[in-house]
Amino acid sequence: MRAWFDGQGFLEVETPSRVRAPGQEVHLDAIAAPDGDDRRFLVTSPEYHMKRLCGAGFERLYQLGRAFRAGERGAHHQPEFTMLEWYRAGHELEAVARDCEAILAVAARAVGRPPPAAPFERTTVRALLRKHTGVELRGDETVEELRALAAGAGVAAGATAWDDVFFQMFLDRVEPHLGTTGPVFVFDWPAPLGALARRREDDPRVVERFELYAGGLELVNAFGELIDPVEQRRRFEEETEVRRARGKVTYPVDENLLEALGRMPPTCGAAMGFDRLVMLTLGAKDIRDVVAFADDEV
Amino acid sequence: MASYDTSDIRKGLKIMMDGAPYTVVEFQFVKPGKGAAFTRTKIKNLLTGAVLERNFRSGEKFEPANVEVKTMQYLYKEGDSFVFMDTSDYNQVALPSETVGESSNFMPENLNVEVLFYNERAVGVTLPNFIELPIVETDPGFRGDTATGTTKPARIGTGATVNVPLFINVGDVVKIDTRTGEYLERVGRA
Repeated sequence: MRAWFDGQGFLEVETPSRVRAPGQEVHLDAIAAPDGDDRRFLVTSPEYHMKRLCGAGFERLYQLGRAFRAGERGAHHQPEFTMLEWYRAGHELEAVARDCEAILAVAARAVGRPPPAAPFERTTVRALLRKHTGVELRGDETVEELRALAAGAGVAAGATAWDDVFFQMFLDRVEPHLGTTGPVFVFDWPAPLGALARRREDDPRVVERFELYAGGLELVNAFGELIDPVEQRRRFEEETEVRRARGKVTYPVDENLLEALGRMPPTCGAAMGFDRLVMLTLGAKDIRDVVAFADDEV
Repeated sequence: MASYDTSDIRKGLKIMMDGAPYTVVEFQFVKPGKGAAFTRTKIKNLLTGAVLERNFRSGEKFEPANVEVKTMQYLYKEGDSFVFMDTSDYNQVALPSETVGESSNFMPENLNVEVLFYNERAVGVTLPNFIELPIVETDPGFRGDTATGTTKPARIGTGATVNVPLFINVGDVVKIDTRTGEYLERVGRA
């Protein structure tokens, strides 16, 4: 894997695990790692520091490091896992998709298996919803409109938040079919679901983001990164408010990141669950089968 | 009664869903995209046996089902009812044959079974997965005919018929999977 990245001109970096400002996402909770009065947390992903390096002029970076997320345990989740994260300067999210195809091929060859046929299938969130629920999603619906759409498709959505309603539909009807017949890229996510991605110029209701699903696993989350620090600060503040309203711990805004965003060229980045890549390559059904010690075996 | 939420979900938990009692068969933590956590759950309707899959958002609440499972001993059949006794307090309860259903096929007298009570009423019977019973009637198999792999019908004491290999004789004790009604192996010779 490293050989492939190095050959493509990527620089391998290591960024801190113990930070002051872990991600602001509403649904990700960081594990606290204080040192006396110094309020620190384990990173939920290496994103912020890697973006700071992008802002310092590095054009192609990758990292194979640990990420930590409180309370995430299941067949595909462990609170501590390995994240393969990479960034490329440039506009084209499609280049990152091609990286993914190459990475899956590298993994397959490493165990003597044929690579999955490239190019992989590409689809959009709208197309999937249309196909599996009949719902036509614009991306700028209000929560009430979205719930009505879900109800019309037979999905009971008792949730009050936009993303919760969306995911109830997605999980009930779409996700069971994803990546079961080969890897598939899902592009064009509605804006409410793409906090760190830039909006598409030709359709601002969706953002430049794709998810790669393969073998029933959600493998990669990739963005055309938002590099507008003003817009990013606004989104951070919104997410912090939602966290506060839900009684969740809030984190400081990463001023260093916002400052670096102002210096970053257009960039695309991706985060891949490396343990899940191993699962996919070996045909494992549970993440516990590919880690040396699962969380409860520590 | 206090309600449950998704953090209480475990195999065998009895909950109410759409007005019927269900038991949790399987569950899995899922967390899509950058969204909230859900618990993907397979639940079985305790009255109809139908299995459903539901995705519950983390924190969603449900009502516990007023369901109790008691171990009882099957005593005898009286007319159209099957009589069971609670081995702890010797209380007897009579269940009509529709409630017992197909379980009667593999339920010899004195067998301990699980009786399901919903809102204090007996609604179903669960047999142990495997049972060992003697064959009471069958045609003799032809000696040496083990290569053909065919089976013959054989009757057990409850009146039910099981397909068994040709070498099984009257008096042999066989092990049966009560869920499928299939012969598994011979455990005792006549």
